Amino acid sequence: MAALTLTIDGKPVSAPAGTTVLEAAQDAGIRIPTLCHLEGVYDVGACRLCLVEVAGSNKLLPACTTQIAEGMEVWTDTDRLRKYRRMTLELLFAERNHVCSVCVSNGNCELQALAWEAGMDHVRYPYQHPQLEVDQTHPLFGMDHNRCILCTRCVRVCWHIEGAGTKNVAGRGADCRIITDLNQPWGESDSCTNCGKCVMACPTGALYYKGVTTGEMVRDRRKLEFIVTAREQKQWIA
Amino acid sequence: MDLNQLLAIKERELASRKPYTLRVCTAAGCLSAGSDQVKKQLERAVAEAGLSDQVEVRCVGCLRLCCQGPLVHVDPVNELYQKVGPETAPALLERVRGGAPPLEKADLQHPFFTRQFSIVLANSGVVDPERIESYIAADGYRALHDAVIEMEPREVIQAVMASGLRGRGGAGFPTGLKWSTVAKSGGARKYVVCNADEGDPGAFMDRSVLESDPHSVLEGMAIAAYAVGAEQGFIYVRAEYPLAIRRLRMAIEQARRLGILGSGIFGSPLNFNVELRIGAGAFVCGEETALMASIEGRRGTPRPRPPFPAESGLWGCPTLINNVETFANVPAILRNGAEWFASIGTEKSKGTKVFALAGRVKNTGLIEVPMGTTLRTIVEEMGGGAPGGARIKAVQTGGPSGGCVPAELMDVEVDYESLTRLGSIMGSGGMIVMDETTDMVDVARFFMEFCKDESCGKCIPCRAGTVQMYGLLTKILEGRATARDLATLEELCDMVKHTSLCGLGQTAPNPVLSTLRFFRHEYERRLRPERHVASAVQPVTG
Amino acid sequence: MIATLGVPKRKRVREALAHASGDKRFKILEAHMKKYQHRHDALIEILHKAQELFGYLEDDLLFFVAHRLRLPPSRVYGVATFYHFFRLKPKGEHTCVVCMGTACYVKGADKILAAIERFAGVRAGETTPDGRVSVLTARCIGACGIAPAVVYDGNVAPHQTPDSAVATIQTWMSHGS
Repeated sequence: MAALTLTIDGKPVSAPAGTTVLEAAQDAGIRIPTLCHLEGVYDVGACRLCLVEVAGSNKLLPACTTQIAEGMEVWTDTDRLRKYRRMTLELLFAERNHVCSVCVSNGNCELQALAWEAGMDHVRYPYQHPQLEVDQTHPLFGMDHNRCILCTRCVRVCWHIEGAGTKNVAGRGADCRIITDLNQPWGESDSCTNCGKCVMACPTGALYYKGVTTGEMVRDRRKLEFIVTAREQKQWIA
Repeated sequence: MDLNQLLAIKERELASRKPYTLRVCTAAGCLSAGSDQVKKQLERAVAEAGLSDQVEVRCVGCLRLCCQGPLVHVDPVNELYQKVGPETAPALLERVRGGAPPLEKADLQHPFFTRQFSIVLANSGVVDPERIESYIAADGYRALHDAVIEMEPREVIQAVMASGLRGRGGAGFPTGLKWSTVAKSGGARKYVVCNADEGDPGAFMDRSVLESDPHSVLEGMAIAAYAVGAEQGFIYVRAEYPLAIRRLRMAIEQARRLGILGSGIFGSPLNFNVELRIGAGAFVCGEETALMASIEGRRGTPRPRPPFPAESGLWGCPTLINNVETFANVPAILRNGAEWFASIGTEKSKGTKVFALAGRVKNTGLIEVPMGTTLRTIVEEMGGGAPGGARIKAVQTGGPSGGCVPAELMDVEVDYESLTRLGSIMGSGGMIVMDETTDMVDVARFFMEFCKDESCGKCIPCRAGTVQMYGLLTKILEGRATARDLATLEELCDMVKHTSLCGLGQTAPNPVLSTLRFFRHEYERRLRPERHVASAVQPVTG
Repeated sequence: MIATLGVPKRKRVREALAHASGDKRFKILEAHMKKYQHRHDALIEILHKAQELFGYLEDDLLFFVAHRLRLPPSRVYGVATFYHFFRLKPKGEHTCVVCMGTACYVKGADKILAAIERFAGVRAGETTPDGRVSVLTARCIGACGIAPAVVYDGNVAPHQTPDSAVATIQTWMSHGS
């Protein structure tokens, strides 16, 4: 694997060919915000938070799916990018009903952390206030669609790590919602193996363990990467 | 099937031609006005008058002037009759007898017809789309034969490159370059896909080509397959085009039966099969990667590019995706030569473009003009201007991804670059004329509603952004918006344009940006003042 | 609580298959699947055929397709709801589709739709309570030369006006059929 050199934010970085810009940045200790990225499953480039500026291209490129090239000049934290990230987060907050103060993931939420980091102290877009349900039919887990950002991490985890294919996206556009089997209550699902990987994968309080209360929803996502590395590379990382 | 057999079919077909031909348009427009009944009545009248060996009643494709359908063209006198009804149709036989039928004639000397230059539509309205023999009689499949027997694949690609043909689906990417990339990509299996998911509201060029001359598309695809090394082709056609689907199925079956599709085409090593895939009502599936996801039986959500389909497409294999009109140009390019094609059009945009002229214009229908024709020629000369002598306000090109060109700028020569400079795009060819009664903010909102409903929902800027932009446009239309709202709208347009994952989101703001550029006053006059605006405090003097 | 996880669940698919065995249309659908060698990528083609045979895609039908194509039900549901052509609810006896393409819109299609909605008492995408009429919109049916166009029970009608559209709907709603 040839090693390529590029610069990220002015810093020279070297990584093997085939690495994504995100991976190269992470290895070099440069943080790029992400939401739909999850270690252990493939990237979809959907949240658009990891967009970076690349010299010579007038398009912004998603760091999670763009492969590095020799001599690439990447900028991850310009004013323009910060502006777009802030707007993306505001659009998310306005899209559904995200109320941190009563949420089980308060303090342990990736969306909240990113909004804090971006300095989002208000949302300039009108809240859409869709009427969405909470599915408490499963004995162990709960799903609150009001907090879902459609990152599809739960779907990818269920299909590609567990393999059950229980969760998927239905509908189109703003009507998209995460469904279980044939749009059945989770508790009636025939394919769900109760493994809980989807709950582990969720960045917000949309999927949670039953019995936790506000602020108690803590996850250990490294388990997912652990399973994938064990299965594919036969290496058990501690 | 070899060349002799092909030529024999052509000869037989030409020999069976009768002294008089009544060509009845049976494309969807005229069909909805009852042209199938017209055809039936004509056939009956011919039989009853004992003129069966003198007169052929042929079902053909689009005769261009859709607003005056049903249309019937009479050969060899070269007269086009319009608004022919089933009852009045038999009167056409008067013409055969040398008389003058009491029917409306279209003026074939009108610029609408004389300014057209048919390459893609050369067979439309001439051949019977439901008979392959009719296509062969017009030198159909000759280009495919010559390509596979006399040319190397790279020579075919060179010809397409030299012609300067660019993708007619809207992006205008050099076709030869795309073919070359697929040809060079490694892999045992490659695919050729025809994008017939013409989703732009207001566009019906591809539909007309598929209904009027389906074989030209098949021939183009087969030539492409030979050039890039593919053996399987797909035509992805939207479900809303049942007649096109039916005619394509017939065409594929007929071509297969004659051995023009299948194994060892014309005795060469080329094997090529074409399968039809029907869409199911998703505009986003006109986007390359979404289209491929749909062919793979999944939700039609796009994915980031790179990798491009030419390197990794259907099932990870190199895939060539081109638009219907692009493929339909290929046989003509090979038959007449790349230099011939390159001599038509402008420096960077070669050949012709098919436009669907519609909206507030007298002559609505299908036109094919050389690139470089001005919008004014198209709309005022050919289109005849707005009905009732109303003043034309703007011309919308490129559908929901495009923009409006105001009437003052209608002298622009239509080609890819010039339209982009004006903030619009060529798009697939939809051209809607708008007059003084059209409200431009309403138009912008109409297109935004479309994008909002068709958004796949994968990426946040498009999914949530189109909802917010639609809300802001509604607020403006209803007179509830302030200048701050307008600024928010413009800011959002910029963000959605630059951060969306695919072309749908990236171009969704275009109608807004375009109307803001040329018709800003229509937005501004609707704004109400900001509340609680701190008034300037006058210093106390003296 | 964990003990309840071991309780066997109701197998929804089995119910769907039992329902299918008594209906000949499922056999036709299965033959169609065989034509495509039960390939996963034929899902959309199969759903088209299913809707053609049954009029709409009800739950049992979707379970049947999932089972026979060996796909998870969530995938079948996800695909069926993505494409607007597929109906998961039955449609009315008569359908009228108002084309809302740009050319038709510029010629007043929105006024035609408003008139129809007012007269029938339903919004676009809905069916009248008595099941007689479904009012739908299409994004563009490609008949721009004859705008505004409305499709009545599959037949494209050219140059419509609010009055002509309401007149047609009226015959459907008052007619005994």
